[in-house]
Amino acid sequence: MTEALAPIGTVLTRSDASAKVQGCEKYAADYYPQGMLWAGVKRSAYAHAKILRIETSKAVEVTGVAAVLTSGDIRGSNRVGVPEMDQPVLADDKVRCKGDPVVLVLAENKKALELALEKIEIDYEVLPAVFDPREALKPDAPLLYEQRPGKNLLLSGTLERGNGAASLKDCKFVVEGRFKLPWQEHAYLETEAGVAGINSEGILEITASTQTPFRDRNELSHALGLPADKIRVTAPYLGGAFGGKDGITVQGLLGLGAMHSGDRPVKMWTSREESFLSSTKRHPAELHYRLGCTQDGILLAMTCEVVLDTGAYAALGGAVLAMVLEHAAGVYRIPNVFIEGFCVYTNNSVASAFRGFGAPQGLAGIEQMIDLLADEAGIDALKFRLKNAVNRGDTTGSGVLMSNSTGIISCLKKVQRHPLWINRQDWVNNAPAFKKRGVGTAAGMQGTGYGPVILDIANAKTELLPDGRFRIYSGVADMGQGNNPTNIHIAGEILNQAPKDFELLQPDTGSCLPSGSSSASRTTFSFGNALIGACKNLKERILTRACNLMMGAYFENLLLARGKVLDMTSGREISLQAIASSMTEQERISIFSYIAPAAKHPESVNSEIRFLGFPHRIFSFACHLALVEIDELSGEIEVCDYLACTDAGRILNPQIYEQQIHGGIVQGMGYVLWEDFRIHNGDVLCRNLATYILPTAVDIPDLQSLAVETEETGPFGMKGVGEIGINLPYPAISNAVAQALGRRIYEGPLTAERVLKCLNSNPTGGKSED
Amino acid sequence: MKISFRLNEKMIEIETAPDRRVIDLLREDLGITGTKEGCGSGECGACTVLIDGVSKLSCLMLAAQLEGRSITTIEGLVQDGKLHPVQKAFVSHGAVQCGFCSPGMVMSAVDLLQRNPLPGRQEIRRAVSGNLCRCTGYQKIIDAIQSAAKELD
Repeated sequence: MTEALAPIGTVLTRSDASAKVQGCEKYAADYYPQGMLWAGVKRSAYAHAKILRIETSKAVEVTGVAAVLTSGDIRGSNRVGVPEMDQPVLADDKVRCKGDPVVLVLAENKKALELALEKIEIDYEVLPAVFDPREALKPDAPLLYEQRPGKNLLLSGTLERGNGAASLKDCKFVVEGRFKLPWQEHAYLETEAGVAGINSEGILEITASTQTPFRDRNELSHALGLPADKIRVTAPYLGGAFGGKDGITVQGLLGLGAMHSGDRPVKMWTSREESFLSSTKRHPAELHYRLGCTQDGILLAMTCEVVLDTGAYAALGGAVLAMVLEHAAGVYRIPNVFIEGFCVYTNNSVASAFRGFGAPQGLAGIEQMIDLLADEAGIDALKFRLKNAVNRGDTTGSGVLMSNSTGIISCLKKVQRHPLWINRQDWVNNAPAFKKRGVGTAAGMQGTGYGPVILDIANAKTELLPDGRFRIYSGVADMGQGNNPTNIHIAGEILNQAPKDFELLQPDTGSCLPSGSSSASRTTFSFGNALIGACKNLKERILTRACNLMMGAYFENLLLARGKVLDMTSGREISLQAIASSMTEQERISIFSYIAPAAKHPESVNSEIRFLGFPHRIFSFACHLALVEIDELSGEIEVCDYLACTDAGRILNPQIYEQQIHGGIVQGMGYVLWEDFRIHNGDVLCRNLATYILPTAVDIPDLQSLAVETEETGPFGMKGVGEIGINLPYPAISNAVAQALGRRIYEGPLTAERVLKCLNSNPTGGKSED
Repeated sequence: MKISFRLNEKMIEIETAPDRRVIDLLREDLGITGTKEGCGSGECGACTVLIDGVSKLSCLMLAAQLEGRSITTIEGLVQDGKLHPVQKAFVSHGAVQCGFCSPGMVMSAVDLLQRNPLPGRQEIRRAVSGNLCRCTGYQKIIDAIQSAAKELD
């Protein structure tokens, strides 16, 4: 690559790629500080039990063991979590799921650590446990939190429009469906990792694989009993996260360890098995729908009941429920609706944020219902969607006003005009022997940002360095999506500098500014807008100073060029280095705050649901098309072609845009086809990548991606593209499979086993079953 | 025990336990952390290295197996400050997102192109099917390897 400027809208190769591909980019897992101790935890053997006694003396005696710590060693509240602080760093009175951390051990090496962990004895009084969210709602169910007024119900909420369920009787066609969606494990390649130490000024420094360095600092302050200014968290590039590092993973344990390590640094890095055992998952969901339309296929009424299993701790479960409800009616105008949702504690693994954040579950439901109803009404699935899809100014069935750019109809039409759709019947008819083919489509959206109550704020900071180059202080972690390379692209555009003229500081609570989490399709939308403001201010300051220094120059005649300011009338130049040297540090640094637009909802909605994010204002949209071929002998599903048409606003960098679309689709394919994260009675049965099957390079076809570029208020007209891709493979492929089989499989993932069962139970094919 | 082997073209002699995993030897004892660990059980491919030019998983190899062999890690691919054509293609084709699988993926691709200089897309897909990537959806990785093959040919 040359050093030429790459205008916004064109490909700029990622500035992080070279170091990553050489193996020299340092991830949290790559830090091995001098004199470090290994940290590890003894986790609960029971799903629900009172801790009676912890015997650590034998562990302490193991050669090489530096400390053995329990909840009694924690000075603070020993609770982390947002918005509810309910998760202990180390379990104190009781454990609520298998995998709960109970004892922390610090040791010279991994062998001593392992041996010491084995020698810890914990006496438990086993308590009755509950593993099914519907069981957990029954009056006599065992309680995870005895004092909670809501008992095992973390959050419930309803959305009502028009006459709700009563209008179903006015519909010409009504269909019903009950869907069971599986757990999904993030399975980022870099498992939870970090290092911590107390520096010479007494500050606890933690470098961790985290999406939320600033929030972590606040939570750690509370949990460990340290003032926030005595904690510094830095977030290097993450080896993947997808929502699984949206909050504390090992940070509390690392902090605690560093406070009891005798001034030695501490490192923790979970094994794959421990990661699967202890990390959060996508909420498994049960959805029960009724959907009805008129003779002409106009949607009239919908009811939907959602039950989410949120596991043992709140984490972001409530906010995920709000998102499921918001997306449960999809992109359609439905005047009469009753949606009801329950997010329930159980003694299972914790469910929390995962790319899409509830939207994939809601859309998996509604988009299969749309196909069932279109089929019932005898209308082609895309035409049916087009009849009912929202335009800007319309309100969705969930009661969300589409106040901003709304490109779903353009997406649907683009797919409708695509040869894969036009020629679908020929393709289906040409299935080889022992194969069945089907074509499915799905449409949907993804809300961006935090919603109406919690302000979505980003604070950008940028600096003209003494040598005339620039530094960007990133406030939002980059878990792989490329927001930090994009920051360089954006700043380069505003300041008219080449990528090499920038250095980028990864998020560091010591020098960068809090800008929210790396999540919610918001990173470039919010931080990018703040960065544009900071760069524009800095540019003005530089040009103003150039006027001061170049006597007789006028602001409007000056051009900020690479490394210099040029007076276009006289041809005189002054270097940025000279300008920088005339400035104080304060002048060289520019800070700008941006608050993302939020919806002010007119209708009355449960205040908790509002607080947790309902409704959003900015949405990305998409329509997906899947062509599948099923092997009648093995039950295996092959996705032969896949098309995504996406409205994520204007495209800043086509390469990064496609990366997000491709990655989202393939993670969504895993969700619907192979990723069967099994938890039985609180026991995690998938403990490695041999039993939890991720898509590999041979499992997927080349993907096609089309864009509809509506203009929105993100940087240069963009909208978030990080999540929308994962939302539709589940329903699009399910719809394709249902067409191929002649009946629908209501429980996911659609493993070969389930397909075979379906084929064998009705070998001649037939209508859909429940 | 004392073992000696060639690491990225340099002879190394090191005192180590014979059952030390090669990945630990690299990352913890020799301090070169380009080789990643994603599973520790040979399922993800992140720890792929070349042993005498052939791709192997360093989480499944023990130190004693290195005796007298030549090992190439991701750090050994850069020659005279220049990226290997596979690395270059990964950068220019956008094959890198979080990048944690990239070193292993690149090593598998280098191994493939040594055996099969002009592989088709399906052959490339098969060759890297032991390397999991959770970010990219693989397509740009396949594009990159195909382009590197043309460049090397």
